[in-house]
Amino acid sequence: MVTVEFLGPIGLEDMHVEASTLGDVARILQNDERVSAWLATSAVAVNDELTSNLSKPLKNGDKVSLLPPVCGG
Amino acid sequence: MVEIFEGSLPVEAILARWYGASLGRNEGAFIPFVGTVRAEGGIEALSFDIYEPILARWYEAWQTKAAALGARLAMAHSRGDVPVHTSSYIAAVFSPKRRVALELIDAFVEDFKAQAPIWKYDIIDGKRIYARERSTALVGSGILGGTQ
Repeated sequence: MVTVEFLGPIGLEDMHVEASTLGDVARILQNDERVSAWLATSAVAVNDELTSNLSKPLKNGDKVSLLPPVCGG
Repeated sequence: MVEIFEGSLPVEAILARWYGASLGRNEGAFIPFVGTVRAEGGIEALSFDIYEPILARWYEAWQTKAAALGARLAMAHSRGDVPVHTSSYIAAVFSPKRRVALELIDAFVEDFKAQAPIWKYDIIDGKRIYARERSTALVGSGILGGTQ
């Protein structure tokens, strides 16, 4: 299982999904109307490292984080 | 390490501590940038969420860049609510050389605005409203595909 966490204003509880790549996570989230609208503007981190590689392999216990647009300061 | 405070920053104490710690290090320049919440748009306060693990990585990368120039950085940021006319953000550069410090504070603050994993909300009539229009998508956003 992979844990998906939704940071900042997305405001959803963590999800636990079966996924072997980030592409699998994308397909699951695209079909979830609570989160799909955030996908176009959110960055993704695996185990707290930002990535833009959809074919990135995932293993049991990995954490995928969605980071929506930021504004510090 | 980024210093994170619940609510408004104790600006005078932070600056005094940073300044005091810099004395004796032969650093010729200390340039702090202090961000203060303005009263506009009917807000009572701003409010912030922070994701510390990625913030720490971003900050360490900047410390490495600064060290290559003979400089070092300091940063403090608020979490939670920060009322108007109080401060939520301090960034600072310490450097032997004035020009290095002036250029670094500009680049450091601008990259902070674009890359630090911090989310801002307006507090209006007690409600916490995401500052979507003022926010910037991180580099690489959108790979999961969206419906927008």
